[in-house]
Amino acid sequence: MSKQLPVVGGHPTGFGATSRPDNWWVGPAATFLGLLTFLAYAHWAAFQGEHYYAHSYLSPFYSPVLWTDLAAAGSAPVEHAWLGIWPEWWPSFLPKSPALLILVFPAGFRFTCYYYRKAYYRSFAGSPPGCSVGPMAPSGKTYHGEGRLLLFQNLHRYFMYAALLYIPILFYDAFLAFYNGGNWGVGVGCFVLLLNASLLSCYTLGCHSFRHLIGGRSDCMTPCGKATTQFKLWKMSTWFNGRHMAFAWVSLFWVGFTDLYVRLVSMGVIHDYNTW
Amino acid sequence: MAERTFRIWRGDSEGGDFVEYKSEVGEGQVVLDVLHTIQAHQANDLALRWNCKAGKCGSCSMEINGKPKLACMTRMNMYEPGETITCQPLKAFPVVRDLVPDVSWNYKQNKRIAPFKCKPADADGKHRMYQEDIDRVQEFRKCIECFMCQDVCHVLRDRDRKDAFAGPRYMIRVAGLEMNPLDDEDRIPELKHELGVAMCNITRCCTEVCPEHINITDNGIIPMKERVVDRFYDPLLIAFRALTGRRKRTKLRTVESTKE
Ligand code: SF4
Ligand code: SF4
Ligand code: FES
Ligand code: FES
Repeated sequence: MSKQLPVVGGHPTGFGATSRPDNWWVGPAATFLGLLTFLAYAHWAAFQGEHYYAHSYLSPFYSPVLWTDLAAAGSAPVEHAWLGIWPEWWPSFLPKSPALLILVFPAGFRFTCYYYRKAYYRSFAGSPPGCSVGPMAPSGKTYHGEGRLLLFQNLHRYFMYAALLYIPILFYDAFLAFYNGGNWGVGVGCFVLLLNASLLSCYTLGCHSFRHLIGGRSDCMTPCGKATTQFKLWKMSTWFNGRHMAFAWVSLFWVGFTDLYVRLVSMGVIHDYNTW
Repeated sequence: MAERTFRIWRGDSEGGDFVEYKSEVGEGQVVLDVLHTIQAHQANDLALRWNCKAGKCGSCSMEINGKPKLACMTRMNMYEPGETITCQPLKAFPVVRDLVPDVSWNYKQNKRIAPFKCKPADADGKHRMYQEDIDRVQEFRKCIECFMCQDVCHVLRDRDRKDAFAGPRYMIRVAGLEMNPLDDEDRIPELKHELGVAMCNITRCCTEVCPEHINITDNGIIPMKERVVDRFYDPLLIAFRALTGRRKRTKLRTVESTKE
């Protein structure tokens, strides 16, 4: 094919160059700020190692608690920790935060999610920043898509398997939230936790890898014209998949908010309305 | 009627420039109508391609105010009353003249895809498939080959990787065949090695521009990427197939390559 000069067709070239007169940059800029704000907060919260537990509420950033450091303010009681008290041999230069032991899975799940990939390829990597807008490092054979360095994205399904395990754990946390010190009751935090588990489920059930796993991988989900369970599950996942971006954002916001809520209650900054 | 300003790119493969035209625009008109008015009264030699005027032939694709659009389906009242309308040929393909691009590269990509290979018939000599399964591939058959998805795809448009990627239109063509319950062809190694599914970074511009609202990325490309993972990258599946002796093809067939 003949190479064309850049002037042919009158198309501008270069990073961010476009003939579009609209504010195409608003979307990627909002995505950039939204993700950056969440990342900043989540990092800060995960490194705290305290105030992640308030009466029966456990912050989702810290769930499941493997070890608990009882000396830390607002830490989970020992019966909430799967492996008990924080071990003595833990090197002192490493932070004693239960979040850091478990966050890699949800973080990896989001990082390799097909939706978030789109979001950060566009808003962080400018690849491309918008449709018919010039990408960073526009031409040349240096672009390899999701090959080479990004091949790890192909392991998204393994993070999805882990994320599926977190769903019952988070629902169990929400269930335990109703049970404070041996007494059943209800508080605003119970609903915050319950909604969090529900939104994360909606996000996970719409995962492309999940949709593939439960049905999409097969060409024939309705042998003999009968709608099988496989087909019904695939339909269900397809519904969530169509709203994956929305659930990605709402659940991201809510999981951060849930941590903040528990944290502020634990610190005594806000009062949790409840029946206890 | 109101007068509107059009900036139309005029030129050929050697180069060219924008030329400004003013034209009266009537109620309910689309961009193609105005281009025809300009062609009739001011620029008889303006080259543009069109056929059906109904959004069904895919001929009139061009870039209007920087976005790939079908000129016959782009209503003038979508734009602000004073807004200048810029018309350019598709960027990803060589220009023949004015608004007419040479899209023949796309037809070459089509030829690289193995044709449908029918499974053997059932015992009673009939072939069967069910609506629920076929709904999935039906979506891809709505394609009108306007090539706007190919044009907007940054891999072809800006990255100069036509050597490595056949483009979204052909990803969904393969997906439609690959997911067809009666198709017996194994398309996964070619999808990975020849057609370059990994070049797509799922940024969804193709889906955003498709006039047939085909969910190219979510229903076509990503499911194909997942099938490539099944075959080439999932360590557990690969180990399972090796242990159970159900190996699948990972090498390319020797096919005549028609890529550039
Ligand atoms: S989603 Fe993939 S095929 Fe579609 S425009 Fe983006 S890079 Fe190209
Ligand atoms: S998939 Fe859509 S945008 Fe691409 S060629 Fe077909 S109709 Fe046009
Ligand atoms: S979680 Fe988004 S695609 Fe898997
Ligand atoms: S003229 Fe046929 S699609 Fe526009």
